[in-house]
Amino acid sequence: MKRRNFIQKLSAGTALVGVGGLTLQSYTAIKKQTKITILHTNDVHSHIDAFGPNEGRNANKGGVARRASLIETIRKGNPNTLLLDAGDIFQGTPYFNYYGGELEFKLMSKLKYDLATIGNHDFDNGIEGLYAQLPHAKFDFVSANYDFSNTVMNTHVKPYKTFKKEGIKIGIFGLGIKLQGLVGKDLFKETEYLDPIEISQDMTRILKTEENCDLIICLSHLGYDYKNSNKISDLKLAKATKDIDLIIGGHTHTFLSKPTIVKNVEQKNMIVNQVGCYGLYLGKIDFYFDSEKNKTANGTSIII
Amino acid sequence: MNNKLIFYLLIFIILSCKESKLNLNRIEGKRIEINPNIEINDSIEAFIAPYRNHIKKDLDSIIAYAADTYSKNNGELNTAIGNLMADIVISEANPIFKRRTKNDIDAVLLNHGGIRAIIPKGPINARTAYEVMPFENKIVVLGLKGTTVKKLIEYLVKSKRAHPIAGLKLTIGKNNNVISSTINNKNIDPAKIYYFATSDYLYNGGDNMTFFKENESFHDLGYKIRNAMIDYFKKTDTINPVIDNRFIRKD
Repeated sequence: MKRRNFIQKLSAGTALVGVGGLTLQSYTAIKKQTKITILHTNDVHSHIDAFGPNEGRNANKGGVARRASLIETIRKGNPNTLLLDAGDIFQGTPYFNYYGGELEFKLMSKLKYDLATIGNHDFDNGIEGLYAQLPHAKFDFVSANYDFSNTVMNTHVKPYKTFKKEGIKIGIFGLGIKLQGLVGKDLFKETEYLDPIEISQDMTRILKTEENCDLIICLSHLGYDYKNSNKISDLKLAKATKDIDLIIGGHTHTFLSKPTIVKNVEQKNMIVNQVGCYGLYLGKIDFYFDSEKNKTANGTSIII
Repeated sequence: MNNKLIFYLLIFIILSCKESKLNLNRIEGKRIEINPNIEINDSIEAFIAPYRNHIKKDLDSIIAYAADTYSKNNGELNTAIGNLMADIVISEANPIFKRRTKNDIDAVLLNHGGIRAIIPKGPINARTAYEVMPFENKIVVLGLKGTTVKKLIEYLVKSKRAHPIAGLKLTIGKNNNVISSTINNKNIDPAKIYYFATSDYLYNGGDNMTFFKENESFHDLGYKIRNAMIDYFKKTDTINPVIDNRFIRKD
């Protein structure tokens, strides 16, 4: 009995060397790609239920329970997936008026959101109202240009967060819109708004050179574009900065049928995306990393 | 046992291959519509149910009917839904204001962005009011001098948006020149005080309506715009608002 076991082990070992050898030889052919999937929503505005059948062009669309299934399927296909939200989680249905954002955060936690940034409407019950709901969120918030030092949110929001997925390091920082004129001072209290471009330059330097990120994402609630205005927007930010691979936007409820390719300050292509509002769409950006060394970063092809 | 060994060996192989630097080679992006072809996640649905049922009990009894579907995107400088909202603010808030001050509300200015949903054709319930006006905004009344009202008019002309108004009537030309502006069909007297109702949000500088700060008097009615809508719907059988001539462009 023992001897038989030993033979089995031995033969298994021999066989494995063969398998191993084969694998090593054909390694570059088999294991040549790592895919990082970024899923994103913005301006969901408490739209937990799908729209009703009489709601015009949104009829029967949206709904957290359907979004949950879709995200689950995508995660099963690629475990290297991050799920992000670009703010304005709150305000828009009675769920918010009745429960103050508790259900929104609980559901986002159940859907395993990885990170979110803060939109202007997330201040609608005051900064204390946002703070009060934090225990229901099992995900983190990032905002690099809101200084919460003199508010209850101090230490609860980080400028950025990094993730590691199959050897790929992903750095994500958050940006919020100017609150003055948009949100009552009595609601945002001592929250300080800092210049998004300057902050982004700091963030990309830190994420690129100190954190050595392979992928840099900006989670923004600045708004996609403002025609005939010098107001900062995602498109302006994209053109004025470098090393950002993807800006996920919000605020303007812009329904982009496909992501926008923008040339950054170094004339390199990057992507800006936003998926409208109310959870009608889920954005999906796949980054394919290749182990072939003869490729340069400039050789990245963008398929949209 | 075999499987376990294979597993460890594969891990070793994978780890030993990790040295080669990975390059970003391809990006693919798209959006996916959330529609009924995607199945509902039952556990999420079950989690939401008690919250939904509680709200439903509270909100879903029919209080009026809408003759048509009303959207803030239907109309250039005034919209049926915006006119309805502004008219509701006068009709529901004026009795309160008059009781307290003996004055009447002359005009209303709300903001186009504050209308957050359509009113669909058919039954109206309190939920409709929550969707159109989800904010907890309260009605405030400000005494504005005619000279300040001119600033308010300049703002409206410049913004070229269908911000809901009532009492005030404004006609502009194709070069954005003011052809006529009246309050209650009378020319605006620069020295007179006009009582403008708006939301506390706009009074606090929302949408950059800074002119509200130049008021001669301030009255907080403590009455939510949404509650004014619900009160109005309750006493109205069928709403039938229209786009009219309160803010128009003449070519």
